Amino acid sequence: MMSANLSALFYLVSGILFILALRGLSSPETSRQGNYFGITGMTIAILVTFFSVGNFGTGFIYVLIFLFIGGSVGAFIAFKIPMTAMPELVAGFHSLVGLAAVFVAISAFLQPEVFNLGSSGNIKLASLIEMSLGAAIGAITFSGSIIAFLKLRGIMSGAPITFKGQHLINLFLGIIILFLIYYLCRSQLSNIFWSIVLISFLIGVLLIIPIGGADMPVVISMLNSYSGWAAAGIGFTLENSALIITGALVGSSGAILSYIMCKGMNRSFFNVILGGWGATDQTSSSQTKEQKPVKNGNADDAAFLMKNASSVIIVPGYGMAVAQAQHALREMVDALKKNGVKVSYAIHPVAGRMPGHMNVLLAEANVPYDEVFELEEINNDFANCDVAYVIGANDVTNPVAKSDPQSPIYGMPILDVEKSKSVLFVKRSLSPGYAGIDNDLFYRDNTLMLFADAKKMTEEIVKSL
Amino acid sequence: MEIDPFIFRLSIFILSIFVGYYVVWSVTPSLHTPLMSVTNAISSVIIVGAIIAALANSSGSIFETSNIFGFLAIVLAAVNIFGGFLVTQRMLQMYKKKKK
Repeated sequence: MMSANLSALFYLVSGILFILALRGLSSPETSRQGNYFGITGMTIAILVTFFSVGNFGTGFIYVLIFLFIGGSVGAFIAFKIPMTAMPELVAGFHSLVGLAAVFVAISAFLQPEVFNLGSSGNIKLASLIEMSLGAAIGAITFSGSIIAFLKLRGIMSGAPITFKGQHLINLFLGIIILFLIYYLCRSQLSNIFWSIVLISFLIGVLLIIPIGGADMPVVISMLNSYSGWAAAGIGFTLENSALIITGALVGSSGAILSYIMCKGMNRSFFNVILGGWGATDQTSSSQTKEQKPVKNGNADDAAFLMKNASSVIIVPGYGMAVAQAQHALREMVDALKKNGVKVSYAIHPVAGRMPGHMNVLLAEANVPYDEVFELEEINNDFANCDVAYVIGANDVTNPVAKSDPQSPIYGMPILDVEKSKSVLFVKRSLSPGYAGIDNDLFYRDNTLMLFADAKKMTEEIVKSL
Repeated sequence: MEIDPFIFRLSIFILSIFVGYYVVWSVTPSLHTPLMSVTNAISSVIIVGAIIAALANSSGSIFETSNIFGFLAIVLAAVNIFGGFLVTQRMLQMYKKKKK
């Protein structure tokens, strides 16, 4: 058996390796090395746990078997999953971390002796608070992520589900949880513990159902953060520094990502969490606008425009992911480059359904990452560009965000597509985007609408190039 | 008076939040998806608690309710560890520079 001090030092080492894993992501070159640091840290943590428990009997064999089962399932998923399904995969994985945290907390509650937390019915006060918080946050993460998963997968409608008094109920349930934790500390009753877990599952569901599809980047980041806080709560219970460090890292990482996503929409975190954006503003897209004339083009027009341009900026959005148009897009860009056209990609922070969603898809299609630019890096270039090719994006290009203080997206940073000489919009119809508002760009003289599936249209353009 | 060990753990926790804050702000936005999948993988270090729970046999049997929860948590965390690191690896392999 390994001494507690020695194993604590090893846990610290794995904590540091996890920090280095995140540090590696500061650039694509160092990122792969960072991932190896992470794997090493995890291996150390698991081995040290085996040695410090020091029980290599039948139980150990079972642990290895279960580890193998879980590992094979995980590996299988990791190799099979298409890149377009990454948002739901991440949501699904979050739910597993949450549930694992709940299970560990339950186990600690049932057998506190094993974790040095006192004895059943007489658990140390601090441990009791830590484990019930860990269990509660874990349970919220679990059920919330399941809802996010169902919405992203399309099994559940992405539309916000709202009802009267929703937020009051959530607040009320939150207060009940705190009250139950207090009561648990006084009574040590297991029924109270189970109620905390059950109510937390319910809160997770209620928290995510009012949030609409395009706000998912915030939701996923938020759940990422929660899974970290749950891990940290368990880390305090188990007095394990690797878990505490990791929980803090993941918690702050998710919080920062949520902040970046909210800023990308110029909305406050609470505004997103309280939900129901798309549901409210449907009426504002009045019918008068739909009668405005639009210029309708086909693939040949688009090919002609782009072939004769000197620079083209591509603006991908969620529609590209849905249509899986990234490979066709790359082919189109290759053809354009052969014609001497300079092509770059502009990514809005909230394009897609999770942070960095578009970047992964473009990377999958072999687009070099140094041709892909973030909003601040590229926004000034639209003024000098000949054609902006907007594929599956809408709200993030809408100039109304700058001009109309009444608009729900007013103040949101947008890609200045309207400044380019001409704009090509690949879209299936004139329907408004997620925010439920009409896009003025559709009706401008220099805009050509290409009504088609993003992938089909792009492929046709490739043919006529 | 002796300092409660809890205070030390709290110090580690708060300092780690700050480390996390600065490290994550330096992550390039194009790698935000791998960031999520790798944070997901490392938060599965909760498997440490699951292993302890699974191997506990204070009563002589390793199939007490608490052990079973431990084994279940091992499976869930293992899915995440392998799935998370491997899918991150797969994604990171795709990020390539322009061929000169």
